[in-house]
Amino acid sequence: MNKLQIADKTFASRLLLGTGKFGNLQDMTEAIRISASELVTMALKRIDTNKKEDDLLSALRIPHVNLLPNTSGARHAREAVLAAQLAREALETNWVKLEIHPDPRYLLPDPIETLKATEALAKLGFVVMPYIHADPVLCKRLEDAGTAVVMPLGAPIGSNKGLRTQDFLEIIIEQSNVPVIVDAGIGAPSDASKAMELGADAVLVNTAIAVAQNPIQMAEAFKEAVVAGRKAYKAGLGSVQSVANASSPLTSFLFD
Amino acid sequence: MAHSFEQLFKQYDWQQIKDKIYSSTTADVAFVLSKSKRTIADFLCLLSPAAAPYLERMAQLSQQLTQKRFGKTIQLYAPLYLSNECQNICTYCGFSLDNKIKRKTLSNAEIMIEAMALKAMGLSHVLLVSGEANRTVGVDYFKNAINLLRPHFTHISIEVQPLSSDEYEELKGAGVHTVLVYQETYHQEVYKTYHPKGKKSNFEFRLDTPDRIGQAGLHKIGLGVLLGLEDWRVDSFFNALHIDYLQTTYWQTKYSVSFPRLRPAEGIIEPNFIMEDRDLLQLICAYRIWNEDLEISISTRENEKFRNHIISLGATSMSAASKTNPGGYVVDQQSLEQFETSDERSMQTVRNLIIEAGYDPIMKDWATVYSNT
Repeated sequence: MNKLQIADKTFASRLLLGTGKFGNLQDMTEAIRISASELVTMALKRIDTNKKEDDLLSALRIPHVNLLPNTSGARHAREAVLAAQLAREALETNWVKLEIHPDPRYLLPDPIETLKATEALAKLGFVVMPYIHADPVLCKRLEDAGTAVVMPLGAPIGSNKGLRTQDFLEIIIEQSNVPVIVDAGIGAPSDASKAMELGADAVLVNTAIAVAQNPIQMAEAFKEAVVAGRKAYKAGLGSVQSVANASSPLTSFLFD
Repeated sequence: MAHSFEQLFKQYDWQQIKDKIYSSTTADVAFVLSKSKRTIADFLCLLSPAAAPYLERMAQLSQQLTQKRFGKTIQLYAPLYLSNECQNICTYCGFSLDNKIKRKTLSNAEIMIEAMALKAMGLSHVLLVSGEANRTVGVDYFKNAINLLRPHFTHISIEVQPLSSDEYEELKGAGVHTVLVYQETYHQEVYKTYHPKGKKSNFEFRLDTPDRIGQAGLHKIGLGVLLGLEDWRVDSFFNALHIDYLQTTYWQTKYSVSFPRLRPAEGIIEPNFIMEDRDLLQLICAYRIWNEDLEISISTRENEKFRNHIISLGATSMSAASKTNPGGYVVDQQSLEQFETSDERSMQTVRNLIIEAGYDPIMKDWATVYSNT
């Protein structure tokens, strides 16, 4: 299976994990390991940058796993840019998952501030991975601004509702020149498979794994679902037929 | 649309709401529980005595919804009482002006000693509390305290006298993240009897306070009623109505709700309304089922057994090892306290308890970089 390329890195796994909401750090670490994910995101606000060895960071030091700090908590572009700079210093990475959600209820991304921050961060040399609405026009604007990927949502974050934005995701995937990573709303392995079958380059999952009764088994299920979905996409899915097409009542006259 | 909560509040009548609550039927409750999104009218129904037989189902739902939104996590914090000076007479409060007991306001050095005791517990979230004594403990005093504490705590909340919108903005600039203000009771006539003297006796000014906090653009506002002053069901409906209004008006702000039950304090009388543990659980579950995004905070007013179980039933943040008197941690352990806490276990004990319940005790969940604008 061909690898996922983002900026200068390649990844065998097409599953990204979020690290919030786990009941304990051991479950989180084990879930990451078994998922084979190579890119995991954590909120900068959760990390104690003054401490020598932060508990969360220590638990995330896993071989082959790259850290992707996110700006959750930022309400404006300016805060997000500052947070990204802080994260770059503290974690020694210029990768950032850009999250700007001024609405604390549904954590919906602000498209205007996100575009501004992407422009600024790209200029500062960051690998920018913005969390956005499934808005095809915004995706193209972000490409122009220098984004590394686009991360449209499938449904409101944490909702487990699946791919409610499928029609728009299909357009984004069709048009995109950068990897498309479906982020937020993926509630079951079947949703992840579906996103991959549509041609998404990767998916990001957090709640569905973290709050499962058995997070580790669920992480494994997602790993397999992502692999299956990608294989199906590469193999070329047959089209869905709503009626049997044995006869051709409209055109058979041509052959009479 | 109402332009202030007061306008909206005036459209409601206490007795009518009470009648509605007490005439809800089990069929109404069953219908509300089957819905996927719930309104303030549904919340009213979940407060009713008719919902009591559904408590186990409500608890299950509350657990699921809380885990989905907040994960298996509990945020920890502790209060730092700055002063017990107060110009108000409140018949239920240890700080009441008519309590002829020596008062204390912490000096800079004392604030730092108390703060270091909290820091040593591993905390990064502190709640600053005071009585109402504007001359000695006003905005300048708070700003000074916040400046001292800001290098040591990423999340600073305050629970002090109601201020003006400009003053809230000043404190936000100094680094305050959250403001807590409790209406105590939404029963306007009864409010006057509990608050006979002082600035606090002005019901409308207090009712308007969350609007002023919202206008100042604080990150979080915490609301609550003092359970035991009036019928908890009716008071809680109005508290939820207040949150509902604020959430749509100041949509960039987060909201939390607390459930202080009246506790013994120096010179106070017995509560007029007793709220049992099962009632409090019903109330917490009703809030969660109505509002999936609301933060739910549980203080050390509650007993150990209740706190042990509420970890997994809807709570999102808890205080621990709290002292409710200025200097209570180190400086002056015998000073006048606001009320007696019920759960006196140490921070470490409560942390372990949360871990045993399968939850992650979170000490830090904010970065000051997000508090600058």
